[in-house]
Amino acid sequence: MKSRALGIYAAAALAFLHVPLIILIVFSFNASRFTTWEGFSLRWYRAAMSDPQLSEGLMNSLIIALVASALATVIGTLTAYGIWKRRANTLSGSLYLSLVTPEIVTGVALLALFQWAFRFFHLHLGLGTVIIAHVAFSIAYVTIVISARLSSYDRSLEEAAMDLGASEGRAFSRVTLPFLMPAIAAAGLLALVVSFDDYVITSLVAGVDSETLPMVIYAMARRGVSPVVNAVSALIVVAFGAIVVVSQRLQQR
Amino acid sequence: MNLRARFLLPGRVWMALFFAAPLAIVCGYSFLTRGDYGGVEQPWTVENFTRLADPIYLGILWRSLWMALLATALCALLGFPLALFIARAGQRKNLWLQLVLLPFWTSFLVRTYAWLFILRDTGLVNTVLMRLHVISSPLPLLYNGGAVLLGLVYNFLPFFVLPMYATLERLDPALMEASADLGARPMTTLCRVIVPVSAPGIVAGSVLVFIPCLGAYLTPDLLGGGKTVMLGNLVQNQFTTARDWPFGSAASLALMLASALLLAALMRSRFAKELM
Amino acid sequence: MPIVLELRSVLKEFPGHRAVDNISLQLERGGFYSLLGPSGCGKTTTLRMIGGFEQPDAGEVVLNGAIVNGLKPFQRDVSTVFQSYALFPHLTALGNVEFGLRERKIADRAARARRALDLVQLSGKSDRTPAELSGGEKQRVALARSLVLEPQILLLDEPLAALDPKLRKEMRGELKAMQRKTGITFLFVTHDQEEALSMSDRVAVMNQGRIEQFGTPEEVYLRPMTRFVAGFLGAINWFGKTGVRPESTRLAREKPDGVPCIPGAVESSLFFGNRVHVHSRLEDGGRAVAELTLEQNHFAEGEVVWIHWKHADELRFE
Repeated sequence: MKSRALGIYAAAALAFLHVPLIILIVFSFNASRFTTWEGFSLRWYRAAMSDPQLSEGLMNSLIIALVASALATVIGTLTAYGIWKRRANTLSGSLYLSLVTPEIVTGVALLALFQWAFRFFHLHLGLGTVIIAHVAFSIAYVTIVISARLSSYDRSLEEAAMDLGASEGRAFSRVTLPFLMPAIAAAGLLALVVSFDDYVITSLVAGVDSETLPMVIYAMARRGVSPVVNAVSALIVVAFGAIVVVSQRLQQR
Repeated sequence: MNLRARFLLPGRVWMALFFAAPLAIVCGYSFLTRGDYGGVEQPWTVENFTRLADPIYLGILWRSLWMALLATALCALLGFPLALFIARAGQRKNLWLQLVLLPFWTSFLVRTYAWLFILRDTGLVNTVLMRLHVISSPLPLLYNGGAVLLGLVYNFLPFFVLPMYATLERLDPALMEASADLGARPMTTLCRVIVPVSAPGIVAGSVLVFIPCLGAYLTPDLLGGGKTVMLGNLVQNQFTTARDWPFGSAASLALMLASALLLAALMRSRFAKELM
Repeated sequence: MPIVLELRSVLKEFPGHRAVDNISLQLERGGFYSLLGPSGCGKTTTLRMIGGFEQPDAGEVVLNGAIVNGLKPFQRDVSTVFQSYALFPHLTALGNVEFGLRERKIADRAARARRALDLVQLSGKSDRTPAELSGGEKQRVALARSLVLEPQILLLDEPLAALDPKLRKEMRGELKAMQRKTGITFLFVTHDQEEALSMSDRVAVMNQGRIEQFGTPEEVYLRPMTRFVAGFLGAINWFGKTGVRPESTRLAREKPDGVPCIPGAVESSLFFGNRVHVHSRLEDGGRAVAELTLEQNHFAEGEVVWIHWKHADELRFE
């Protein structure tokens, strides 16, 4: 009896979690801009694709996400491996701290750093500062994913490699790295998603001419609800969903 | 430099330059004064911190704590049965878990916007209710504490479910069998055995919800309008519109301190294992 | 035979305890040696110091006359077969065996690897990955992988521990045969005295970081130098400072003349197929086990007996 009640509850909870997104997606196909259904239409998608602000935002977001996730993945993998070899308490501590620090605090702190640094260098806020910021908060995520994979890694494999004549570096590249490949790919995708979706930190350090997609969406949402935002949201939901499914598959190998 | 030191160098440099240094700067700014044009200058002072004790700001702090607490309690109440269900789902455990986590993996902004779409005056709920003639004018569902709370719970529920599920999944089924064998009915077993034994998961999940809720910015911003100001909004405001960086820095430190203290308390407590 | 490995007063300390306490050892080329002792006696640490995975705190590790203390594992001409085999999961059996050859940039490595797999009788399985191999097969791949490099000395860290008892017994003979065939010096670490005794040319018995005796299997079993060695190498009955092995212990109804003896009462008999272990309780509360043939065992539970042995079979320690 309890199981049935629990099952009903779980279904309701799941509905609670999914329905808002489903509604969003459904109404992105609404021919009318109001919340009364007036027929199926793709006009909002067409509007979204031809909106120059959205296109530029998308382009910026993609560039930032690709560069930042690549950097973060490399740095995070090296870091996780170094920590696995022998503990590095300060570094681990700072990574955990970066995960727990509220985004708004990381954002304003980086803004403060950049403005202070720009007194000495002739630079300004833009794609570069956003990328730097994204790498800073993504490293921790990558490190966690790789560390998780390493926790089930037999240390004697590297010892065996060295025993057979491989230097430490070659033991890493010939034995450990192949083992880590699926996790590296999964972590890279995670960093990609985290970077693409960021609003809070990005809005603080982006400056005026490097708007990212979340920033454009935010501005549109603030002005009022537009079905164009629904359409873009629907596309984002599908894209992220696909990436995450792939990432999970990779991690389960 | 050996291999390990070389491998750790990029991480160390990046964290030092772009995490530690910025925080240090914020610390420094919190003891300085706002310049006339919004810059940061001497004299050194503790005024920014004493200003936080102002009733307005204490109110914001209190509201943030209260909101975070409520959101956490709701996540725990709603999330526990859900986690229990998944843990008992047998073969399809993973499937249910993925289903619960799937919305979480979409954009945070999109998830918050969805509620905007549903709750606003011309949103779905109001339109449907008006069409059905249940109400004659739209209900102000948005731009209040309730909407913010809803948004927080919606966004952070998976943060509770995941560690809770991890704990419940590891629970020894023999414990429940023993309880039944000794005469306890399912409800009693739940209250007297399952909940106490899975306490570490409850605590871990709660902390994982509480801390981001405390520092929430986007949710109160979009769903609360200008009326439900939390610490995150305060900080953002000081660094942009109000251009009072020293005061904003002090508020940031207050926020960070609260989060870090809570986490440290958790790590040192006997519940630390659950977070690993 | 020339000395291939020498340990000179080697010492290794970990926080809290001294794992290896000043040991010295000389191994001749071409022999099969064992380091035997209970867990925690320092045998694995010693092996790891030879392999280069730990550094001694004092003393020298000398390989072929050259001190190798500071050298990393990949700089030593020593190869290790790990307890968990440590086969590389992303490579096939052949790929695993080729690994070291590839590091040394040896030209005909595929051919050499195949020959090594032939030697361990795994020719047909060269394309399998470790996940597709059984425990015994994995062990052979690990062996082939190390042997193909023709190291000065092959170190084996309890390689048979993970195998089931029947397979273990089979592998003993095979390992010994392989050692004879290749002529490579084997140093085998184990806590199982049967293994050590059956395979080795000489055994080093270790206890608490020290080598208590280094000798042939006969020497350590029949002429143990310390009480520990006597007790570890096989079952033994202690009568004060005198030890007598069960197979040398006999029982009689009447007090025998001219031989050492002691009274006792039979407690139980355990049947082992081809012999019987008769347990008796002594007056002072101690126990003695006599290993008898089926014909010799005509004693019943509770019976009062005289436990006796030959003077020559005594092992005396201070």
